[in-house]
Amino acid sequence: MMRPFDPARIVSLRRRLVWQFLVLSAVLVLGLFLVVGWVADRASRASQDAVLGAAVTAITEGIRSVDEGLELDLPYATFSMLGAMGDERIFYLLTVAGQGVTGYEDLPPPPTPATDMAPVFYGADYRGARLRLASVGRMMLIQNRLQPVTVTLGQTRLGQAAIARDTARSAAWAALGFMLLALPVALLAAQAVLQPIRTLADVMGRRGPRDLRPVRHPTPRELAPLLRALNGLIARLRAALELAETFIFEAAHRIRTPLSLVRAEAELALAETSDEATRIRLRRMVRAIGESSRSANQILDHAMVMYRTDQYAAAQVDLAALSRAVLRAIDPIAEMRDIRVTHDIAACIIQGDERMLEIALRNLLDNAIKYAAPEGHVDLTLTCTGTEATLAVTDDGRGLSDDPAQLIGRFRRGANVGDTGGSGLGLTIVTEVAHAHRGRFQLKSGEKGGTCALLHLPLP
Amino acid sequence: MRLAAFAVAVTYALAGPAAAWQSEDERIFGPEDAPQIQVLSVTDLAAFAPVLQDYVTRNPGRGIRYVQASSTEIYAAIHDEDARFDLVISSAMDLQMKLANDGLAASVAPDARGLPDWARWRDQLWGIALEPVVTLASRQALGDLPVPRTRRDLIALLRENPERFQDRVAAYDPQVSGVGYFLIAQDDQVSDGFWRLAEVMGRLNARLFCCSGQMITELREGRIAIAYNVVASYAARFRPDDPDLVQLAFEDYTFAIVRSALVPVNAPDPQGAQDLLSYLLSDPAQRLIADSAGVALIAGTGKPPVPQLRPIRLDAGLLVYDDRLRRAGLLSEWRAALIQP
Amino acid sequence: MRFLLVEDSEDLAKAVASRLTLEGHGVDHAATLADASHFLGTAPYDLILLDISLPDGDGRDFLVRERAARRDTPVIMMTASASVSDRVMTLDQGADDYITKPFDFGELQARCRAVLRRRDGAVDNRRHFAGFIFDQLGATLTVGDDIRELRARELRLLEILLSRPGQAYSKAHLIDRLFSFDEEVSDNAIEVYVGRLRKKLDGSGARLETLRGVGYRLIPE
Repeated sequence: MMRPFDPARIVSLRRRLVWQFLVLSAVLVLGLFLVVGWVADRASRASQDAVLGAAVTAITEGIRSVDEGLELDLPYATFSMLGAMGDERIFYLLTVAGQGVTGYEDLPPPPTPATDMAPVFYGADYRGARLRLASVGRMMLIQNRLQPVTVTLGQTRLGQAAIARDTARSAAWAALGFMLLALPVALLAAQAVLQPIRTLADVMGRRGPRDLRPVRHPTPRELAPLLRALNGLIARLRAALELAETFIFEAAHRIRTPLSLVRAEAELALAETSDEATRIRLRRMVRAIGESSRSANQILDHAMVMYRTDQYAAAQVDLAALSRAVLRAIDPIAEMRDIRVTHDIAACIIQGDERMLEIALRNLLDNAIKYAAPEGHVDLTLTCTGTEATLAVTDDGRGLSDDPAQLIGRFRRGANVGDTGGSGLGLTIVTEVAHAHRGRFQLKSGEKGGTCALLHLPLP
Repeated sequence: MRLAAFAVAVTYALAGPAAAWQSEDERIFGPEDAPQIQVLSVTDLAAFAPVLQDYVTRNPGRGIRYVQASSTEIYAAIHDEDARFDLVISSAMDLQMKLANDGLAASVAPDARGLPDWARWRDQLWGIALEPVVTLASRQALGDLPVPRTRRDLIALLRENPERFQDRVAAYDPQVSGVGYFLIAQDDQVSDGFWRLAEVMGRLNARLFCCSGQMITELREGRIAIAYNVVASYAARFRPDDPDLVQLAFEDYTFAIVRSALVPVNAPDPQGAQDLLSYLLSDPAQRLIADSAGVALIAGTGKPPVPQLRPIRLDAGLLVYDDRLRRAGLLSEWRAALIQP
Repeated sequence: MRFLLVEDSEDLAKAVASRLTLEGHGVDHAATLADASHFLGTAPYDLILLDISLPDGDGRDFLVRERAARRDTPVIMMTASASVSDRVMTLDQGADDYITKPFDFGELQARCRAVLRRRDGAVDNRRHFAGFIFDQLGATLTVGDDIRELRARELRLLEILLSRPGQAYSKAHLIDRLFSFDEEVSDNAIEVYVGRLRKKLDGSGARLETLRGVGYRLIPE
């Protein structure tokens, strides 16, 4: 099913690239924030743990067993230091044989009892705060009994968390800064990435409407599938056009044979009948067939010119030889009408398409013979200067009455041609051949009346 | 270190007997019917009244109920008895610190521009005054003796004139006064000479008091000659009209206590407390406070501190003074020095 | 002249043959290439009119075989496709000329004449009548030692009149055969050519006679 075309669905690749970049960067910034936060948290936690461990060890070292029991010197400096980073809350507990002796007796005990001098670290919630605790245990001789003494020291970790958070935030800001710096670069990069597409579009856009050559423009590898698809499409289109052409030729063939029969029969009938009314009808019939045939020829010529323009491949053309060949082909028709054809042909070799040039020249001469005066004169002159070859076809007919430029338009005929048959496509064909060769075509009145058609073709 | 403590028979109750805490004085400021900010404070009512009066004058819609109590009573009221107050002011830095550390102080955000870092702990404990701790002497009692400039001078003076100072030296009783204990702990930490002084005072049968006020009264009435470790703000109230009173700020060191305020977590009107705290930290209030204390906490509001002044920082180190073993050890040493057989 | 017409459409072949017979030519018709080979093997022809698509093969292949066998009877291809490539190819393959269907008989004749003229001397085309010799290809009329050149339409007129001497041709009939159908011609136009031809026939022992209300005929004096 065809989806209805919705302009909102059109996406800009460039915008998408930039968005993707932004989203990716945002994810990176967030990731950096989290990772740095985690790493900083771990690192600062480790160093804080070291301080806490040293503090609890120091306190434990300060416990002395004396005759009356225990002697404890709770070091002011140690507490002051523990609290220094971010005004931490500090809790401690000294127990002997599990009995609290001093400090906060309800302080959460370590999950596994500390048995040697290595502190056991753990976390616990206490008095509305999350604590990091370190516990150290040792056996001491108290009142002649070996008893386990445990010192537990806990602190909040607000300062440490704040530092970790700050570090992560700084990293995020830095990343954000880089992202902002990279944004114009990303825009430029998106531009650069999309440049080949634009170039390809330009190349396609510059093509003529009938240019069906495959695209040979060098493109990045990523665009190769698009190019292949495009060339595939062009190839299919060309095949379709060629099929259509074949069809036209085939159709022409199928129509022409019966037409020939009709015409031959009509002519025979004309020769055999003496009834004037029948003769007029037959004559009209023959004339109509002649015109249709001539039009068909011109349409085919035109199609051929279009086709060859698209496939235009310049080759060396001996314009003089070509002119003589066309003159020879056209000669019987001129002779039939008692029209004298003269020529003045200089040696001239140009770069061009021989078939197209032949069509152009034949149409020019055809036209000239058709419009020449009865028993008139047509002249073909080929001159060759340093830069340009000029084919001039002159007749001595009625000359031009309309704007010459108008005559060249397709299917247009001069107002004064009366009943002279012709589709008017001939001059259009010549003009198109001229353009295909980067030349120009000109119609002007002849010096002694009549018409002069000039086909200028540039020399290489 | 000479500090020794004994864990055996630790019966010393930090907050005293289980009986309810006791206040010393109470006054209402502002209109009777206005909503009142409940203040529990160690500061002498007479000394603090001008500041509170100024506040209610500035805020006509508000009243203050001011309850004065000793620092140990205050600690007991807040820590153990769940008394409801909006603002708790005390000079016993260790006790205030412990209240905050134990999670009884709420976080507040008063306007505290200019307050030095060492005079606050987190956003829970706010120094509002600097109180130098001085030694007071009666000029008359000293007679022609030279005025001592250091503790060493004082020791020498007492030693050389036992007859003159027998029974006439006063000091805080650390077993009763929180401030007294705290100051002794500070002395113990800072100077070895203090214990020699304590021994000398013991030999002279020094008299122990619960509060600065009493010591000053005794001094002015001529019953004692020297009062060691008196919070200066009390002395300042009497000194202008009593030429006999000499204030000695020893040159070896002179402590300055940071009187601090906190808003308890169960304060009925924390917003009012924060408002009052902001006022106490403002320039007008600080000028009044500095005027009575003799030194400015916030620079520019009064006399700058003298060089030997050693303010005690509000930090976690204060917690050690409250340790049961340490306290017991210190007090037993004190007793040993003071109460001689 | 003797033509071999190779064309598979029976009707068209008949019409073309009739038309050529009208011009006074002999025409054999071959419907297939095989027939064509057969005809060519039995009699000489002045010209072959060869269609391209035939039931048993391509006319162009036949042409290539003919030329390869060094049989060089002039060939005019009759093509229906009219594409330039076809034209060029047929010429390259040895055809003498081509003509696109449907064709003007005037053009066909003109082309035939042109082809034969190029094959100069291959065909003896001269006709003797009364006191002159008419060379169709050379377009000349010889009276004694006097060689008179004929213009195209004078020649055509003479051809028509000579195809059946003594037969009268109406003006209209002559116009149809002398002019292309897309030309605008008045009835009087024919008188110009009749006048000219009379002058050329002066002293030739033949006379172009006007039959009032009927037309013209050529008779010996």
